Amino acid sequence: MQWEVVIGLEVHAQLATHSKIFSGASTAYGAEPNTQADLVTLGYPGVLPVLNQEVVVMAAKFGLAVGATVAPRSVFARKNYFYPDLPKGYQISQYELPIVEHGHIDLTLEDGSVKRIGITRAHLEEDAGKSLHENMGGKTGIDLNRAGTPLLEIVSEPDMRSAKEAVNYMRRIHQIVRYLGISDGNMQEGSFRCDANVSVRPVGQQELGTRTEIKNLNSFRFVEKAINFEIERQIEVIEDGGKVVQETRLYDSDRDETRSMRGKEEANDYRYFPDPDLLPVEISAEFLESVKAAMPELPQAKAARFAAQYGLKSVDIEVLTAAQGTADYFEAVAAGCDAKLAANWVTGELGAALNRDGLDIAESRIGPAALIGLLKRIEDNTVSGKIAKDVFATMWDEGSDADAIINAKGLKQITDTGAIEAAVDRVIAENPEQVQQFREGKDKVLGFFVGQVMKATQGKANPGQVNQMLRDKLNS
Amino acid sequence: MAEQRHTLAEMARLLESGAISSRELTEASLARIEARDSELNAFITVTAETALAAADRADQQRAKGNAGPLTGIPIAQKDIFCTAGVATTCASRMLENFVSPYDATVVERLNAAGLISVGKTNMDEFAMGSSNETSYFGAVKNPWDPARSPGGSSGGSAAAVAAGLVPMATGTDTGGSVRQPAALCGITGFKPSYGRVSRYGMIAFASSLDQAGVLALTAEDAALITQLIAGFDERDSTCSDQPVPDYMAALASSVAGKKIGVPTEYFDGLDDNCAQAMHAAFDVYRQLGAEIIDVHLPNLPLAVPTYYVVSPAEASSNLSRFDGIRFGYRADGAEDIESLYKQTRSVGFGDEVKRRIMTGTYVLSAGYYDAYYLKAQKVRQLISNDMARCFEQVDIIAGPTTPTPAFRLGEKVDDPVQMYLNDIYTVSANLAGLPGISVPCGLVDGLPVGLQLIGPHFAEAAVLNFAHQYQLHSDWHKLLPGGTN
Repeated sequence: MQWEVVIGLEVHAQLATHSKIFSGASTAYGAEPNTQADLVTLGYPGVLPVLNQEVVVMAAKFGLAVGATVAPRSVFARKNYFYPDLPKGYQISQYELPIVEHGHIDLTLEDGSVKRIGITRAHLEEDAGKSLHENMGGKTGIDLNRAGTPLLEIVSEPDMRSAKEAVNYMRRIHQIVRYLGISDGNMQEGSFRCDANVSVRPVGQQELGTRTEIKNLNSFRFVEKAINFEIERQIEVIEDGGKVVQETRLYDSDRDETRSMRGKEEANDYRYFPDPDLLPVEISAEFLESVKAAMPELPQAKAARFAAQYGLKSVDIEVLTAAQGTADYFEAVAAGCDAKLAANWVTGELGAALNRDGLDIAESRIGPAALIGLLKRIEDNTVSGKIAKDVFATMWDEGSDADAIINAKGLKQITDTGAIEAAVDRVIAENPEQVQQFREGKDKVLGFFVGQVMKATQGKANPGQVNQMLRDKLNS
Repeated sequence: MAEQRHTLAEMARLLESGAISSRELTEASLARIEARDSELNAFITVTAETALAAADRADQQRAKGNAGPLTGIPIAQKDIFCTAGVATTCASRMLENFVSPYDATVVERLNAAGLISVGKTNMDEFAMGSSNETSYFGAVKNPWDPARSPGGSSGGSAAAVAAGLVPMATGTDTGGSVRQPAALCGITGFKPSYGRVSRYGMIAFASSLDQAGVLALTAEDAALITQLIAGFDERDSTCSDQPVPDYMAALASSVAGKKIGVPTEYFDGLDDNCAQAMHAAFDVYRQLGAEIIDVHLPNLPLAVPTYYVVSPAEASSNLSRFDGIRFGYRADGAEDIESLYKQTRSVGFGDEVKRRIMTGTYVLSAGYYDAYYLKAQKVRQLISNDMARCFEQVDIIAGPTTPTPAFRLGEKVDDPVQMYLNDIYTVSANLAGLPGISVPCGLVDGLPVGLQLIGPHFAEAAVLNFAHQYQLHSDWHKLLPGGTN
C-alpha cells in the first residue's frame, strides 16, 4: 500500500530576554543550579507574576514575520498539573486566546516548487525547570534556573508530508526567529526545540490517521531521524494488522528509535482557565505599527534583493541569507569590492574556515574590512586567486592584514612581461616533446606549460598573462 | 470585657500630645493579649519582643520630631499576609513552620507609616470559612459570647479589635471575610474595590476576588489605614494605578440629598429583628437628609452558588504550589513523587480546604468547565451588571451584612451549604469588585449586627463618608462586647 505521511510541528523558541517572563530573575544559561530562582520563580506564597513587556514585542514581531494576525487581545491561562520542576503546580501559558494566529511559511522544495505551511498559532508561555537525576545519590534534584524563561510556542498545521519538509520548515522558523533577534536559536542549550506530531494514512484517504507526538527534539538531524523512524514504525504496526496508539513518545538518539512515554489515558486534564493574576495583553494598532517599523529585512525579501542587486546565483544566496550575520558580513564586503567575488569568498574560504573552527560569523578572525583588503589585491592583479587563498590562511592564523603578508612573503604577482617571458621561453626550450604535441593539436598540453611557468615563478606570475604569452609563442 | 477601647485616631492624639508613649500603648496591647487571648484565641503568633523594640524606636522618632501621625500605634496582621522573619501560617498545618522571606505590600506600607505589628491573627485556614472554625490552630471565640463564632475568615482580627487587644487589624475579604466578622463582632470592617490595594504578599485564595481590608472601630480609622495601603504596586498586575483620593477629607461631606438604594431582595426571609435594625439605620440617614430608594438585584439568589464555583476553581489552582517540594509541610516516608504529593496534601490541608480544592478541580475539569466555571463567570457578569444598574439610580447600596447575628460554634460547621449561605449579602461586592463596609447598627438578642454599605467601583471615599456620617449620629460602634458603653 502507498502511505501518506502527515506531520505537524510545535516549535518552542526561547525568547532572548534578559529577565524571565514574569519576574526580574536572569535568564542567562549555565549558572549554578537555583541561583536564578527568585521568589516568583520559586512560586512562593503570596508572590505574583508581572509580565515582561519585551516578550509581547517579540511575539508581535514573529506574528508580522509569518503574515499572521497579532491579536489585539490575548489572555494568559493556567495549565494545571503537578510536577516537581513546575513550582506553582501550573504553567502560565496561553490557551483560548493566543497572541499570534493564522500565519504561514513558504517552503521551497527540492524540485524548486513552493509549498505553503500553515502556522495555526504562536503563544507565549513560561518554561519549566529541570529535574536532575545524576550524581544526586538516588534522589532527584530540582534546578529552577530555567523555570519562568519565556517561550514562544509555534504550532503548525499538519501540512508537512515528509521528514525533510518538516526539517525544512523548522529551519525556516529558526532562520526567522534569529533574523528577528527574538531567540538565539541555540539548540544545544535547548533554546530551540520541537515536538513532532506524526501520523500516516493510505494515499487518497481524507481522514487523518492516529497520531503520536514525539517530544523534545533538539536538533534538525534528530527531527529527521525521529520522524523517519516513527513513520516506519507506524506503517509496520498497521501493515502487521495492528493499530497506532495515540501517545507521547521520546526519541532516543543513541539507539535511533522512539519509545512510548505515556499513553492517552495517562494524559493530564490540564484544567486550563484564564490566569486571574494577569491582565489580558492588549495590543493597539499604534503599537503594532511601531513594531512593524522596527522590523528587520526578512530572509525572503533579502534573498530577492540579493538576486536583483548583486546578480548572485541562488545557491550562493541561500548560503548568504541563511543567517542575518552572514548576510550583513557579505554586504559589508560587497560594499568594498566586486559582489560576486565577495560572494565567492564568503561562501567559500570564509565559510570553510568558520566551519572548521566552529565559529559563528560574528566571531570570524577576519572581519569584512580585512577581507576587502585581500579581495582588492585580487582585483588589481597584485595576487592571483590561488595565492590569495594562502594569504587568507595566514590572515586567519596570524591576524595580520593582506598587504603586510603579501609584502613580507614577497607574494606580489609578477606582471613584468620580461620576467614572465624569460620563464616561458625557458619552459618551451626545456620541453620540446610537449611543444610537438601542442603543435599537433593537443590543446590540453597548454595546461602543462602554464603549470611549469607558475612553478618556475613560485606561483606569482599573472596566470592570464602567462596563458596569453604561451599561446602566442607556441602558435608562432 | 474590655474596660476601654481607643480608636487609632484617639491613640494618635494621645501620642501627639505626649500623654502616652508608644511603649506604653504597646505594652498595654501585649498585656491585654496576655490576659484575654488564652480564651479568645485571636492570635496565632505574638511578636512581643520585636513590637516593644519597634515601640522604643517609634518613641525616639517622635522625640526627634520625625514621627508620622500613626507612628508607634500597635496593630495586628492577619496571618495571611507575609511578614519577613515572622511565621506566616495561613492557619494551616501546611505552613505551620513557614517563615516568609519578605513583607507583603500591605505590611511594608503599614511598617513604613510606623505602625507596629504585635502579632499575626487567627483565621479560617487559607481564608476558607465563615466561622473561623477551619483554622488548624482552633476556632476564635466571639468576644460578645465565647460560645459563638466571631465570623470568618478574618475572625481573629475582628475579635482582637472588638476585645480591645489592638485598635486595628488587617483582614482579607474574598466573599465577605472582612465585613462578616466585623458585623458579628460589632466593629467596622472595610473592603476596598478589587485592585485598590495590592495583593502582593497576601497568600492567594481566589485571586480575582481577594482584597485586603481593614478591621477597626470606626470608619474614620478605616479611612486612615486605607489611605496608607491603597495605591499602585508594580508587583501586582491587577493593582490599579488610579490616584488615591484623600479619604479623610471626604469623611466630612454631608449625605443630604444623596440617594441610598435598598435592594428589596435583601429582605426576603431576613430575620425580623435584623430587618428592624436595618430600618432604624435607614431612618438615621433619612434624618440626615438622604433619600432611601428601593432597588433590585434580581440575580442575588445566584450570588452564593456563583461564588462557590469561581472561588474554589481559583483556589484549586492557587493551592497547587503547596506540594511539599520547596517550602511548608512535607509528609515523611513517601515512596515516590506521587505519594509525596498525596500524603503531603492529605495531611497538610484541613477538610474545608480539601473540599474546596476538590470542588474547584471538578468545575474546571474537561467536560464540566463550560457547565460550571464558564457559566459562573457569565452569571458573575450579570450580578455585576445588576449592581451597575443600581448605581445609575443611587449613590450607595445599603442592607444587612449577614442574615443573622453570630451563630454558635459548631452550629454550622458540619453543613457547608448552611455555612455558605451566611455569605449571601457579602459575596456580590466581591464578584463585582466593589468597595463595601460593615458598620455596627444594632443588637439582636444581645449580639451585634452590621449595616453593609456598597459603593460603585473605586468609590471608597463615598462608602467611608456614608459610614462615618452614620457613626457621627449613632453609638452602636462604641458598644463594648457585653453591650456596655
